[in-house]
Amino acid sequence: MNPIAELGRLIISFTSELGRVLLLLCTTLKQIFLPPFELKNTFKQMVEIGIKSLPVIFITAVFTGMVLALQSYTGFKRFGAESLVATVVALSMTRELGPVLTGLIVAGRAGAAMAAELGTMRVTEQIDALETLATNPIKYLIVPRFIAGALMLPALAIVTDIIGILGGYVITVGLFGASNVSYWNRTWNFLEMTDILNGLIKACFFGIAISLISCYKGFYTQGGAEGVGKATTGAVVLSSMTILISDYFLSAWLFK
Amino acid sequence: MIVVEELYKSFGPKEVLKGVNLEIKKGESMVIIGGSGSGKSVLLKHIIGLLRPDRGRVLIDNVDITGLNERQLYAVRRRFGMLFQGAALFDSLTVWENVAFALLRQKVASPDEARRIASEKLKMVGLKGVEDLMPSELSGGMKKRVGLARAIAHNPEIILYDEPTTGLDPIMADAINELIIQLQQKLNVTSVTITHDMTSAYKIADRIAMLYDGKIIQVGTPEEIKNTDNPVVKQFVTGSSMGPIKIEGVTA
Repeated sequence: MNPIAELGRLIISFTSELGRVLLLLCTTLKQIFLPPFELKNTFKQMVEIGIKSLPVIFITAVFTGMVLALQSYTGFKRFGAESLVATVVALSMTRELGPVLTGLIVAGRAGAAMAAELGTMRVTEQIDALETLATNPIKYLIVPRFIAGALMLPALAIVTDIIGILGGYVITVGLFGASNVSYWNRTWNFLEMTDILNGLIKACFFGIAISLISCYKGFYTQGGAEGVGKATTGAVVLSSMTILISDYFLSAWLFK
Repeated sequence: MIVVEELYKSFGPKEVLKGVNLEIKKGESMVIIGGSGSGKSVLLKHIIGLLRPDRGRVLIDNVDITGLNERQLYAVRRRFGMLFQGAALFDSLTVWENVAFALLRQKVASPDEARRIASEKLKMVGLKGVEDLMPSELSGGMKKRVGLARAIAHNPEIILYDEPTTGLDPIMADAINELIIQLQQKLNVTSVTITHDMTSAYKIADRIAMLYDGKIIQVGTPEEIKNTDNPVVKQFVTGSSMGPIKIEGVTA
C-alpha cells in the first residue's frame, strides 16, 4: 500500500463528498423559494425535531446546569469565589453549552432518524417513486427538514439555556444555601444580549448542519439494510464532529 | 411510441448497457426479459428518466427525454405510471393517500375528489375497504396492487412494471398478470414490463425482448421467442443452467 496514494484517495473522497453536500445545499436553498411550499411537511418536521426532543433536552439541560454549579461552587470555594457561580453558569450555558449540547442531542435523535428514514426510502425505491409521481424528492423530503432544523435548534437552545440556569439555581441556592437575590443579580448583571444571540446563531448553524448532513447521508444511501445502518452512523458521527469543530471557529469569530 | 437508441450506461468500471436499441409501439405490451443483474431495471429507469445515459437517446413520441430539464422531465413523467418491485409505497401515508399522491400534489383534484378516485382505482385492482390502512398492514400481494392503483391513478399512457410477479405466490402472481392484461385492454395503455418470470412474460406480452450482455439480442412475439434458435435466448426461456450463459461458481 502506497501511503501517498492512500492520502490522495482520502483527500479526493473528502473533497468530492464536501462538494456533493454543498451542491445539495444549493439545490435545497433554491427549492425553498420555489412553490409549492411544503408547509404541512415542514410543520410535521418541526414537531419531530423540536417538540419531541424536549424531554431529552430538559434532562440534559437540568443536569448540566446542576453539575456546572456543583463543580464550580466546590472549585471556586478554594479561593473564596463562590459568588461567581451564577455568572459562570449563565455564561457557559448561553454562550457554549446551550447550543452545543442541543446540537449534539438533536444530531443523535433527529439526525439519526432523518438519515434512517431517507435511507430506507432510498433502498426501497420510495425516492424513485416520488420522481415517477412528478414530485421533486429534494423539495418534498429535504426542504422541510432543513427549515425545521434551522428554526428549531435556536428554539431548543433557548430552552436549554433557561433550564440549565434553573438547574444551577437549584444547586447554588437550594443545596449550598447561597442567597436567592444575589444568584439572579449575578446572572443578569454580567449576561449580555450578545451572549444569548451569538449562542442562538451557533444553534441555527448547527441545525442547518445536522439536517443537511443527515439528509445527505440518507438520500444517497446505497446497499440495502447495511447501507441504511452505515448512513445513520455516518450522519450522527459527521454531524457531531461538524458541530464540535465548527463551534470553535464560530465562537472565535462571534465572540471577538 | 418509445424508441431507445444506442443506449450506454456504466456505473464506475462496470458497463451495464452497451448499446441498447429497442422500439416499443403505442398500445403494445412489451416484456423485457433477462437474468438478474443484466441491467433490466437500469434500462427501465432510463425510459422514465430516473437515470441519464452516458450515451444514446430515449425518445418518447419523438422527444428525446435524456436532455430535458427538470420541469420538462416532470411533465413527461406525468404520462407514465410505474409499479416498483417492492411496490415502494410511502410508509408514512395511508393507502388512499398513496394512491392519490400525484393528484393531491399536483392539485388536480380536491381531497374529497382524490379520495373518490383512489377508491375507484383500488376497486380496479380488486381492493375494497383498505383506504385508511397503513402500507405496513398489507400483505405483499396487496402492496403490489396498491402500487398498481397508484401507478394508474393519474391515467397514464404508459405503465412500467418492474418485476411485477417477483416475490409473490403463483396464484397471486397470476392474479397480477390478469390485472396487467385487464388494464392493458381497459385503459388502452402502452406497457413495458421487465421480468425473469417466463410464465408471466408469455402471458402478458405482445412482444418479448431479451437483454443480454448489455444489448437486446432478440425481439419477437411470445411464439417466436418460445421457438427461438438463438442459444442464449433458448437457454434463458427454458431455464437451464447449461448453455452459453455461464454462472459463476456453477460448472455445467
